[in-house]
Amino acid sequence: MTTDPTSQQRDQAWSQLMRAAQSGDRAAYEKLLGEISPLIRALVRRHCSNRADIEDMVQDTLLTLHRVRHTYDPGRPFCPWLAAIAWRRSIDALRRRIRVSKYEIANQGVYETFSDAAANSDLEGVRSAEEVEDLLQLLPPRQRDALQALKLKQMTLAEASLASGQSVAALKVNTHRALKRLRMLLEARKR
Amino acid sequence: MQTDKAMQTDKVIQSLAAQLQPVRRLRSPLLRALLWLAVIGAVAGLLIAHAVGVGVFLQRVAVPRVAVETAATGLTAITAVIAAFELSVPGHSPRWAVLPVLPLLTWLGASGLGCLANGLGLHGAAGFSGDSSHCFAFITGVSVPLAVALFWMLRRARPIDPLPVAALGTLGVAATAAFLLQFFHPFDVTVIDLALHLAAIALVVVVGTAWRRPLLAAA
Repeated sequence: MTTDPTSQQRDQAWSQLMRAAQSGDRAAYEKLLGEISPLIRALVRRHCSNRADIEDMVQDTLLTLHRVRHTYDPGRPFCPWLAAIAWRRSIDALRRRIRVSKYEIANQGVYETFSDAAANSDLEGVRSAEEVEDLLQLLPPRQRDALQALKLKQMTLAEASLASGQSVAALKVNTHRALKRLRMLLEARKR
Repeated sequence: MQTDKAMQTDKVIQSLAAQLQPVRRLRSPLLRALLWLAVIGAVAGLLIAHAVGVGVFLQRVAVPRVAVETAATGLTAITAVIAAFELSVPGHSPRWAVLPVLPLLTWLGASGLGCLANGLGLHGAAGFSGDSSHCFAFITGVSVPLAVALFWMLRRARPIDPLPVAALGTLGVAATAAFLLQFFHPFDVTVIDLALHLAAIALVVVVGTAWRRPLLAAA
């Protein structure tokens, strides 16, 4: 990756920017993230062809880079460090997709509407905001945070990841588990 | 749709830059591994000197097979801990993971030979419920504080792939406990002893690896 002189110069320039970013230089950091995004896009494209998924992986890689920026050693090349993060996040996304396609099926019935208003909602048993709040309190903290950020506050995955400190992968898993648990709690309440 | 996603990426970049705070750079993984080993070595050395002494141990390591087994156990601990620290940082070669393989195989081989030399004899009912279970309890019990200290240091790196880090770290911890056991249990192992040693090590590795994400604060 850093064999020809141009690549070496680019690597050194990014290494300098990262060193400045570690010291808190926001302009250098923004410049660095802007410059490396096309490279991250190219790296994750090796694992994925769907453009929307690629952009999710790019954002996930940027968020991970932000969390582990203290681990970069300016004495070492920058690109292998970046590539390792992009590669790991791509593999995680692929594994997640395989897991979802293996164990879950898309249920179009979820989006159908019925003449009986109550039948249109999974939450027909819930009559007030207080009840929703009560139910949320029964969830583990990470699942509750994920559900509140993504479903109640309507944040994007990237925004929710920034706000909660959870990775995009963890947010998806925790939201899925939270919804499953809420459904079980509601069913238990109906009985 | 694509433009929206690309714009989102730009927003993420702006947001990350806006909330950037200076960070303290992590020291070299090798240095941190050596620091952990030095601290644990110093504490263990004091405990051994105070509690049991080294006389019996020195007599035992005069036997070549025991010396090889002991050295291999110690080397497994050292190499596994170093590999765990190296792999906790992105961009370091995954080949670090094979570093403890040779000492581990030597350790297992020498222990197996010890069993054969011992005539495959079992302790009998009294021995089985006595020394063997004591070894199991020693390895698992000593591994707990060692693992707490190790994971406390490893989690500073927020590993992006916590599985090999946790597996190697717990192997290093269990091997350290097994090495220390040589001072407190200076006897040739039997098949039951060896099986329980391995079971204790496996238990430490499995538990530590299963809880890897919260324990290591994986990124």
